Amino acid sequence: MMTYVLRRCLMAILVAFTVSLGTYALFHFATDPAQTIAGEDAPQEMVDEIREQFGFDRPLLVQYGDWLGGVFQGDFGTSYFWKQPVVELIKEHAGVTITLALVSLLVTILIALPLGISAALKPNSWVDRFALSIAVSAQAIPNFWLGLMVIILFAVTFPIFPVSGDATWRHFVLPSLVLGASSVPAVMRLTRTGLLDVLASDYIRTARAKGFMGYRLILQQAMRNALLPIVSVLAVQLGHKLGGSVVTESVFSMNGLGRLAVESIFNSDIPTVQSLILIFVLTFVLLTLAADLINAWLDPRIRMG
Amino acid sequence: MATRDVVGDVTIAAVETPPNEEELGLGLSPSKAALKRARTHRGLKIGFGILLVMAVFAIFAPWLAPYDPYLQNLPMRMLPPVWMEGGSWEYLLGTDHLGRDYLSRLIHGARISMFIGIGAASIGAIIGVTLGLIAGYYGGWIDQGVNFLVTCQLAVPSLLLIMALVFVIGQSVTVVIFVIGATHWVFYLLVVRSATLRLRELDFVAAAQAMGCSKFKIAVREVLPNLSNQIMVIFTLEVAVAILSEATLSFLGLGIPSPLPSWGLMIAEGKAAMFFQPWLVILPGLALFVLVIAINLLGDGVRDVTVTHRRN
Amino acid sequence: MSPLPIGEIDMSTAPILDIQGLSVEIPTDAGTLKAVRGISLSLNRGETLGIVGESGSGKSMTALALMNLLTPSARRTADCINFDGKDLTHVSEKELASKVRGQRISMIFQEPMTSLNPVYSIGRQLTETMTLHRPVSRAEAEKRAIYLLEKVGLPDPASRLKQYPHELSGGQRQRIMIAMALMNEPELLIADEPTTALDVTIQAQILYLLQDLQKELGMSMILITHDLGVVSRSADKIAVMYAGDIVETGTAVEVLTNPQHPYTRGLMECVPGYRGDEAHRLGSIPGIVPSMTGTITGCAFASRCPRAVDACKTDIPPTKQLGPGRTYVCHDPESTRDQSAREQQSHVNRAPFDPGKAKGESVLTVDNATYTFLVRRGMFGKRKPLKALGNVSLDIRKGEVLALVGESGCGKTTLSRIIMGLKQPDSGSVRLGEHEISTLPAGQRARMIQPIFQDPYSSLNPRKTIGDIIGRPLVVNRIGSSKEQLAKVHNIMEHVGLPRRVFNSYPDQLSGGQRQRAAIGRALIMDPEIVICDEPTSALDVSVQSQILNLLLDLRDELDLTYLFVTHDLSVVQHMADRVAVMYLGEIVECGDRRQVLSHPKHPYTRALLDSALSISPELKVPAPRLAGDFPNPINRPSGCSFHPRCPIAEQQCKEQVPQAEIIDTTFVKCWKAETSQHQVKHQ
Repeated sequence: MMTYVLRRCLMAILVAFTVSLGTYALFHFATDPAQTIAGEDAPQEMVDEIREQFGFDRPLLVQYGDWLGGVFQGDFGTSYFWKQPVVELIKEHAGVTITLALVSLLVTILIALPLGISAALKPNSWVDRFALSIAVSAQAIPNFWLGLMVIILFAVTFPIFPVSGDATWRHFVLPSLVLGASSVPAVMRLTRTGLLDVLASDYIRTARAKGFMGYRLILQQAMRNALLPIVSVLAVQLGHKLGGSVVTESVFSMNGLGRLAVESIFNSDIPTVQSLILIFVLTFVLLTLAADLINAWLDPRIRMG
Repeated sequence: MATRDVVGDVTIAAVETPPNEEELGLGLSPSKAALKRARTHRGLKIGFGILLVMAVFAIFAPWLAPYDPYLQNLPMRMLPPVWMEGGSWEYLLGTDHLGRDYLSRLIHGARISMFIGIGAASIGAIIGVTLGLIAGYYGGWIDQGVNFLVTCQLAVPSLLLIMALVFVIGQSVTVVIFVIGATHWVFYLLVVRSATLRLRELDFVAAAQAMGCSKFKIAVREVLPNLSNQIMVIFTLEVAVAILSEATLSFLGLGIPSPLPSWGLMIAEGKAAMFFQPWLVILPGLALFVLVIAINLLGDGVRDVTVTHRRN
Repeated sequence: MSPLPIGEIDMSTAPILDIQGLSVEIPTDAGTLKAVRGISLSLNRGETLGIVGESGSGKSMTALALMNLLTPSARRTADCINFDGKDLTHVSEKELASKVRGQRISMIFQEPMTSLNPVYSIGRQLTETMTLHRPVSRAEAEKRAIYLLEKVGLPDPASRLKQYPHELSGGQRQRIMIAMALMNEPELLIADEPTTALDVTIQAQILYLLQDLQKELGMSMILITHDLGVVSRSADKIAVMYAGDIVETGTAVEVLTNPQHPYTRGLMECVPGYRGDEAHRLGSIPGIVPSMTGTITGCAFASRCPRAVDACKTDIPPTKQLGPGRTYVCHDPESTRDQSAREQQSHVNRAPFDPGKAKGESVLTVDNATYTFLVRRGMFGKRKPLKALGNVSLDIRKGEVLALVGESGCGKTTLSRIIMGLKQPDSGSVRLGEHEISTLPAGQRARMIQPIFQDPYSSLNPRKTIGDIIGRPLVVNRIGSSKEQLAKVHNIMEHVGLPRRVFNSYPDQLSGGQRQRAAIGRALIMDPEIVICDEPTSALDVSVQSQILNLLLDLRDELDLTYLFVTHDLSVVQHMADRVAVMYLGEIVECGDRRQVLSHPKHPYTRALLDSALSISPELKVPAPRLAGDFPNPINRPSGCSFHPRCPIAEQQCKEQVPQAEIIDTTFVKCWKAETSQHQVKHQ
């Protein structure tokens, strides 16, 4: 098993490397970091001086290698725009995004799983139709627009929760609900289809012939099989939330990594963009690895073959 | 478990009595059967109907819209829709902060949304289906390579990547279409690849090999037609995704450039005044919602209708 | 005579199961499908009832309806379902689940590969059956599980408990299903095609096991099958089902030696080897099963019956009683009574077996072919080599039908793919005439050798029309103008018995038999010399199978073809083949003239295969299998002779040395004991 894990980690590193080199190259050819540091109104000589000082005229791979070397020592570079070490910036903003991602994943699970399960248990009933219509509607609502609607509702009509900022736990309620809602359709459908497939399988027929029925049948015989695809999808969703919180943080004015990413793109702040993308990519790949390992634990066929 | 009509079997061959033709209850061909099912599928009909209306608006926008969407009329700015206090019949859905007629902008916005949606989904389809077919059919190191590409694409938050690309290349309708298309091909690939892997093992592929067909020809002529239904369904889904992506991008300021009437952009522009003139934000969002729901209903309907049941 | 006091009914003679008027309806898009139409049957204690029918007859539905295991959308109605005096139609689902299912009535199913929960251990699945219904501890349940695992013939039962289903073969899984069904000592066991998905030798073991257990436990059994040979040995009583109705009942001996209903008669005529005379053409049942949605006027079999008169199409046939429990449902018109007798005489005899045919020149030679591929076990495992073929040599002679026989994993599919040129052997050669097949351009090879596959549902592209499919080889190889191609397609369609109308139809619109005909047409359209038939009738109903086999033989004579006929069914071999080659674990263990091999087999495996083939002999029981154990895992091949772990006559030499190939009396055989032990097959 260790070889498998090692192989996946190697893959993760390779992917992260490819992506980060790609983004570096993209910005390298399209923007001028010296200009960014100097500022828009800076005189040409200052820009040239900065370029020489920081070594921006060196070949692409050399500059990238330099940055990468720094990363291995824990130095993610210094932000061109904010003039701070990137590590500091990330530390400041990470908490918000991680909290937001985790809580919204919880929201998704709490809504999508029960809905999906109930729908699968009574196909074509009102519960099923209700669940499916929620899925269809929720899929069609633009996430940012939902956020705005929620803000209008809660700022004006029901001022229970704050609609902007990230100071207290209350500030996280609405954004988590909005972000969580965006994943509900996909997860609910998958749960429903997955469970329906399992319930139609031969081994469930065997279980019924043995005398299983009702909740016992579902929980003891069906769920473990149905969980397999759900675990993978949840891992992917969590990974996407870390990067997809961009919109939610913008709408609710929260200082998370998403907001940081947007602003650093707008300001051509290469080190920050680089570092953020690297972190997102690594997180995603490690999450999928974790999901696969969980699946291997759940399903002996995957473990042993 | 349910048995379907077991259709005809005929007395034999050259030596014996000729077949009894009237016993051949053949049933409908697959496409005719699908159309028949489509006629009774409510969701599909609703979705199709709405889309038809929207398409008409989109195509005939210049003739149907009451005003030029770019025409500014500052004295008439921030008028509410006709059913609210202060509204007027001249500007049915009110005006925005520059006095432009909202109804006209909404109608023209439909054009943008649908054009971008279809364009981006098509590009994604071309990339994803080709890669998926090749990876699934040829396997080996090609498959490994494609798998690597897929992981790279999935690992990067697509919104950030799109934003970075648009920022770097420049904001325009063409750029947005290409960038969204080039980052939304994974779903096509996954489905096409797994379907190809399954189809590859079926006997009719072996039969094609036995008759001397080249690998490439088999992939295109035998395997691909069996994927068309699934590709259609994914296409509709991806059109919806593309439309929402464009709206989000434009909302964040890195999508369609102003003054084009993208619905997302309209929401962004109305955001500043949203507590006092909420319709500026509500109306374009509703339009998006209706369009996307219609597309999803159509896609789900097509999927329900083209599912083929395997006989036992 | 005073009646018995109430409450003292003599239970020992009352039937354990008495079903009256059972119907099952399933709503579908096309209308309500009436899968079972008001049937009645009864079963006494300790008896085995065999329900026989082809696909769509409603036999499986009956079993599921009995236990109320149908899909939720299905509707079951019955006058009564009396089990041990209690009417199950009045019992709530809850009571049914807790008191009856798994406790008093158990069921085993057809597909052992998918009928066990893949994520739980065997031990858990066995013990939960018991703990669900009785207040026993896990340890006690495990004890019982081990006891039963031993009883069903699984070696090393204690360690089995920790294993998972995917680690076991089909035969082993089915044994576990049986053990699971017996955990709570049920009074009735329902077996729905329990051996259909298993290899022939394993089938024999499982059927013998069931027979044995039933006797020992005094259990009643319902055995559902389509195989007349199986039901003749295993069942005491038989009910024949057709189109949702029971058309004939009686004891096995009564029904099978003297069938009354035309369908039963016709079915028996279709079985190869029934008449024991190889020169006889197989019977057939023309026509189609009528639509099961909606009501059927008159007799459901009328459209296909050789004895039908007008009344049969309009009036529902009466149930005729010939004795207690002996019924058949037929108008039995006097006017046609002699007709079927005449029908039997008029069967065209095919050309008698020509021993000279088997000595023609070779058209294809396989020389020492080996093939190995790598398999990886699970996500974490290393890749290991699996030897699919080891030193196989074979030749196919002009004009013959060479049968290639073996069970799953023997390598016959790999060999047939290599012979077709679709796979390259790792070593050795395949020569078509003088040319090495891998050096031939694909088009040229295609013109000489073509395949027909097993599964009619996957061998035709569902998105192409029949005309397109059949004509495709001509298009690909650019043979003839489009006009000529069209003519050729129509010509071939006539030859294989497909009406012109299906030219523009899609495979989904055709039946299994018609699809197979199309596949045959496609194979023959380029006038190949050799046709590789890979189990072409295994997936078809018996009544259709006979038509296709007749067709293949007719075409062989007409078009001067040579067949390599891969099959596992020895009765088909008996009917079709000139020569036979028997494969086991990637090697050919015996090869020779068909008559010789089938009556005087020289290899113990061939002997075992022949013993396992159950002919329709209701006076006999399932014989004790001479072949124990299961197929070894090809990744861990046994040393020496790969058959020795299961061989009843194996010796030390067999364990140590790989047997040499010898020719004994024109038969090729690989066995150390071939010379000394002559196996004579008694006709069972």
